[in-house]
Amino acid sequence: MTRVYDLAHGRAGDKGHAVNISVIAYDEAGFERLKRALTPEAVMERFKVVADGPVRRYELPKLRALNFIVDHIKGGGVTASLGQDLHGKSLSFLLLGMELPENF
Amino acid sequence: MDKVRIGAGAGYAGDRWEPALELVERGDIDFLAFECLAERTIARETQAMLQNPERGYNPLLVDRIRGVLKASVERGVRIVSNMGAANPRAAAKQVLKVAEEEGVPGIGVAVLLGDDVREVLEAMPGLTLIETGEPLESILPRMASANAYLGADGIKQALDTGAEVVMTGRVADSSLFVGPLLHSFGWSYDDYGLLAQATLAGHLLECAGQVTGGYFADPGRKDVADLARLGFPFADITSDGQVTVSKAEGSGGRVDRMTCTEQLLYELHDPTAYITPDCVLDITDVDFDEVGPDRVRARGARANPRTPTYKVSVGYPDGFFGEGQISYGGPNAVARARLAGEVVRERLKLRGFLYDEMRIELIGMESLHGPADGRTEPYEVRLRIVGRTDNRRAAEAVGLETETLLTNGPAGGAGDFRQVKEIYAVQSVLLERRFVDMRVEMVEAA
Repeated sequence: MTRVYDLAHGRAGDKGHAVNISVIAYDEAGFERLKRALTPEAVMERFKVVADGPVRRYELPKLRALNFIVDHIKGGGVTASLGQDLHGKSLSFLLLGMELPENF
Repeated sequence: MDKVRIGAGAGYAGDRWEPALELVERGDIDFLAFECLAERTIARETQAMLQNPERGYNPLLVDRIRGVLKASVERGVRIVSNMGAANPRAAAKQVLKVAEEEGVPGIGVAVLLGDDVREVLEAMPGLTLIETGEPLESILPRMASANAYLGADGIKQALDTGAEVVMTGRVADSSLFVGPLLHSFGWSYDDYGLLAQATLAGHLLECAGQVTGGYFADPGRKDVADLARLGFPFADITSDGQVTVSKAEGSGGRVDRMTCTEQLLYELHDPTAYITPDCVLDITDVDFDEVGPDRVRARGARANPRTPTYKVSVGYPDGFFGEGQISYGGPNAVARARLAGEVVRERLKLRGFLYDEMRIELIGMESLHGPADGRTEPYEVRLRIVGRTDNRRAAEAVGLETETLLTNGPAGGAGDFRQVKEIYAVQSVLLERRFVDMRVEMVEAA
């Protein structure tokens, strides 16, 4: 079983009702695999418990990084969220904990 | 001057104290920038100013400035900060007072004004709110603050006065770093190649410790040496736009490709269009070179011309959060905590309190990453109940009814805690630049 965590590190930051999560691969092979596995649809599936989406993905090949924008965090918006994690900053580890399909 | 060194003294209002002084004393910096103004804070500070015209600046300003002012003046380090919040003039007076007390009287303090656009917006109810698409009119009656994110050109003007300290209200975080470069190098405000690299440097530094190993450590996988003594960053920027990030020698933390990449992408959405008042930054081709121990060169930033508008944040009061917490441990802890949550909800309803939104969650199970379906039950959990309401008494009742669980709830509850917070909501509009009267003033000692 391989998790995103085994191939990459990352950080989450908020902007209003969206959160951005970077996924930075440790090496080129990991980056290629993450690019295949972490489609916006796959990430949306993982985040549907905390966000309504959609998820957008940007690629930064020089940095071997993907940047995900997860829109419409549940309970977020113009007023601060009631959640313990007001800004969704812990959500990087929700993505890093995601398991990748084998042989993919 | 061929090279300028700018340090980051704080990355948020409550940041640590020692690293700024360390940069002044051992970092050989020319400028020290403190970013201390979160998005929602300024609404609260504007209201404080309306109560008392000598308030409305960052409450920690005096202590923070006292910590570095004498050492900075003696070494020729100039200070730039948004700690002026809603009232940069009052902040400047406080700085002058500290200067007197610390034995460095006669310094110049300049303020950047014009970000407060409440009056301008009063006359423009038809502007569209970016977040909801509704007209500004819908929140105007409740408007508590309205501040345009000013840019580096204003900070440059303030530094051109020769002032040792510059106090601003709302400016873009990165502009706190770009301004000193415009001032030092006499760059054109239309040279987007240079503005791109300067904004890149500002973006990397604006959260202070987040580029030197803060918010990074993951034991056994991403270790950070001496995190307790984490040093804050500085950047060396040359007049032709080369940027190198590092930190004071002997401080804790690490500066390398990994820490820089995490911070580069922090709070960034479309990498081709990071909008600041100075330019629209494109980091698609940014790359990092580790050029020495804890020394990283950042290159490849590009920028498109700045937009014709300023982003304006409009703050308005939006009720209260009432919160209560209590813990349960040992056999059947999760079931006892869940029962406790249901009891509080029922009791609040019986007392007739209504909430726009209520959240009941178990810390240790489901408070961060969604519902606990299928997760193993932990040995102990903490119940957290939060309600949002316009009624202060209803907000207070949430914590009080959590407290009553001690004698009126399930067995074994302990460690209760409660609080009520006044909430400010924030929405944004875009305002044409010509409506903003940006200006610089020198403030004299009282």
